[in-house]
Amino acid sequence: MDAESISGDPWADYRHDPFWCEYQGHGRVPLDDLAELSRRIGNMSLGELRRRSGDAERELFNLGITFTVYSDNQAIDRILPFDVVPRVIRAREWEQLEAGVKQRVAALNHFLHDIYHDKKILKDGVVPTDLVLGNEYYQPAMEGVAVRHNAYVTICGTDLVRGGDGEFYVLEDNARTPSGVSYVVENRVMMARAFPELMAALPLRPVDDYGYRLRNVMNELASPDIDDPSVVLLSPGTYNSAYFEHIFLAREMGVPLVEGRDLVVEDDYVFMKTTAGLRRVDAIYRRIDDEFLDPLAFSPDSLLGVPGLFECFRKGNVAIANAVGTGVADDKAVYCYMPRIVKYYLDEEPILKNVETNICREPDSLKYTLDNLENLVVKPVGESGGYGIVIGPKASRGELDEVRAKIKADPANFISQPVVSLSVCPTLTDSGLQPRHVDLRPFAVTGESTWVLPGGLTRVALREGSMIVNSSQGGGSKDTWVLSGNA
Amino acid sequence: MPSTILARYAESIFWLARYMERAENLARIMDVNETFARDSRGAQNWMSVVHLYGDKEAFAEAYPDGDPRSAIEFYSIDRDNPNSIISAVTAARENARALRPLISTEMWSQINVLFNWLRSLQPHDVRGPYLSTFCQKVKEGCQLHTGITEGTFHRDQGYVFYELGKFMERADQTTRVLDIKYHLLLPNLGDVGSPLDVSQWNALLRSVAGYHAFRRSYPRGMTAADVAEFLLFNRGFPRSVTLCVRRAYEMLTILRSQYGLVRGSQTLERADDLMGRLLATQIDYVIGHGLHEFLDNLQLDLIDLTASIGHDFFYADYSVKETG
Repeated sequence: MDAESISGDPWADYRHDPFWCEYQGHGRVPLDDLAELSRRIGNMSLGELRRRSGDAERELFNLGITFTVYSDNQAIDRILPFDVVPRVIRAREWEQLEAGVKQRVAALNHFLHDIYHDKKILKDGVVPTDLVLGNEYYQPAMEGVAVRHNAYVTICGTDLVRGGDGEFYVLEDNARTPSGVSYVVENRVMMARAFPELMAALPLRPVDDYGYRLRNVMNELASPDIDDPSVVLLSPGTYNSAYFEHIFLAREMGVPLVEGRDLVVEDDYVFMKTTAGLRRVDAIYRRIDDEFLDPLAFSPDSLLGVPGLFECFRKGNVAIANAVGTGVADDKAVYCYMPRIVKYYLDEEPILKNVETNICREPDSLKYTLDNLENLVVKPVGESGGYGIVIGPKASRGELDEVRAKIKADPANFISQPVVSLSVCPTLTDSGLQPRHVDLRPFAVTGESTWVLPGGLTRVALREGSMIVNSSQGGGSKDTWVLSGNA
Repeated sequence: MPSTILARYAESIFWLARYMERAENLARIMDVNETFARDSRGAQNWMSVVHLYGDKEAFAEAYPDGDPRSAIEFYSIDRDNPNSIISAVTAARENARALRPLISTEMWSQINVLFNWLRSLQPHDVRGPYLSTFCQKVKEGCQLHTGITEGTFHRDQGYVFYELGKFMERADQTTRVLDIKYHLLLPNLGDVGSPLDVSQWNALLRSVAGYHAFRRSYPRGMTAADVAEFLLFNRGFPRSVTLCVRRAYEMLTILRSQYGLVRGSQTLERADDLMGRLLATQIDYVIGHGLHEFLDNLQLDLIDLTASIGHDFFYADYSVKETG
């Protein structure tokens, strides 16, 4: 890197065609609300941006804001790569996103209550019965179980992408134990420290009260007979890749982080082992999957869970968030029916659109998928973390043949979607600011009512041209700034 | 529920304190041993540390060439040796990780930085002329930890468990520092009282930062019995076994009286008993009946007390663990 380019204008080589740019839309100049921020970024030299970016990443590592990856039996702590150019959401855009997320969460909770009670939506033929009842995440044990405020999906992470038309689309719902909210808050702290002048006097909505809000909702979920509910966060332990986030949330909520071995059940009540003996627990924010929660009710060989926990929950003696059995609602196949689910329960048009989806279990869609494989994105229904996704236009002939064989062998395990050209956001790279594809995961917290954290996790695919934003596949994150309307 | 904490947290706090204290003492022992090793007996003296920690077999297995100098690597940066400095700091960090919801970010961050530094070291970074600097940096890292803890740890029963762990480990380590001299002397009883002998006692006192304090307590001369008495029974020296056991006893009393942890009554009795015996023992008796045997028994007492603490407060069973 020569001296000229280090001191040069960071925007000099920025070209985002043909994608929608979060800063410039389809134009070449900043959108109105982003003009001032773009100017401030332009005032910094590339060298200065890089220096402070390096400081920020070093600090993240020293603070242990890391996730753990396992390779060759070695646990390696990695930071989620952090890009210093914030992603900005304008006030009007956010209003629509917020309303859309709330609507979606309401529909998910109606749906879950229905399928575990009257099953009306199945009887009315809106969603195929076998898709729900035959789903591996459907929990028959939840049938007839009352969930306070019907807040099955207490914490919801909705994965959104913006297409070439500048509209947001829902890519998937995360209704089990969505993660990433700790980065939303920590990235803001990091930006405030490393780039105070970028943020000065801009009307940003705060994100730092997430833990406080979540704690209040956990109180709302506990039995109303209890004045000062005892809340805990249940984690699989220090070896879990999201352990940092569990710590973060326990600290922000001011509650103990417990593991299964810290809890015991006696007479259908949950207790934690303290230095002074057993103490009652009223509400559990769990970061353990259903199957590991309780070896008596679910997977019998789980060492992570608490024997008898589900029975306590069933009797209403302890609240568990998210409720058991929510996985059926964020299934990739059920996702396809979400527009109809919204309409069925709320009698409203969906505010946030789905990406058009072909369900390979249906013969027509299977044929269409197989005929157009090279133009479609194929996703296995049961995987997360971006594993197993094949992007038709980028796949080799061999990869296409391989996935074709897999789809034919087990059509119900696959869906396909047209390639959405994800929007891009300026991102600091070795060759100055360059467009990189981003998505957005806002977090909604639901007790008596639903609150959406103004912001969300913006993941960025750091490799040029890549549209896969998952941290396990070369993704990083950005601070997400929601501008407030009254500025 | 401010009056109590999760048993597992208390356990992690106790062990966090112990492992950091252990890392510091390992650095002290290596530092003093390097001083010994520079004398006429040379490299052979590193084997005394191996004997001291009961690691003869593990060491022979890890370093089949048997070069005693490999002991430096074995006790500093060998992650396969559970008794190395890096293993102690790793264990401290694992406990700190489990305690992240409770401890300050500064405490965590400092341990994390210390750990990352240790992990970056290569064998040549701890050899020869670099060993002393290495030991110094480890000591300072541990002391920084102690200081940050003092300044940021919330003063509830968690802090009492921290102090309890610290003093239990320090008592144990002081018995080992003293024992190192026993192992060194064993083959050459004729050296007792010689200039070499005196210079070794000197180095040993300096390794625990006790030389000047010792001089103030014993202005005339320096005998083995004097130094042993000082390290075992002195009431003002912060690393003396008696002072550490007394402080541990006080912590157990506080847990009972201020925090109402009545489950600890058996442990309190044990600690009371151990302290009573220490106070009633004369150094002449110790020397007469064998310093090494006395230290061995003391270590067993401390292991029993740890097991009792685990049982009473942590729902833990240490009957098979922690024999080192």
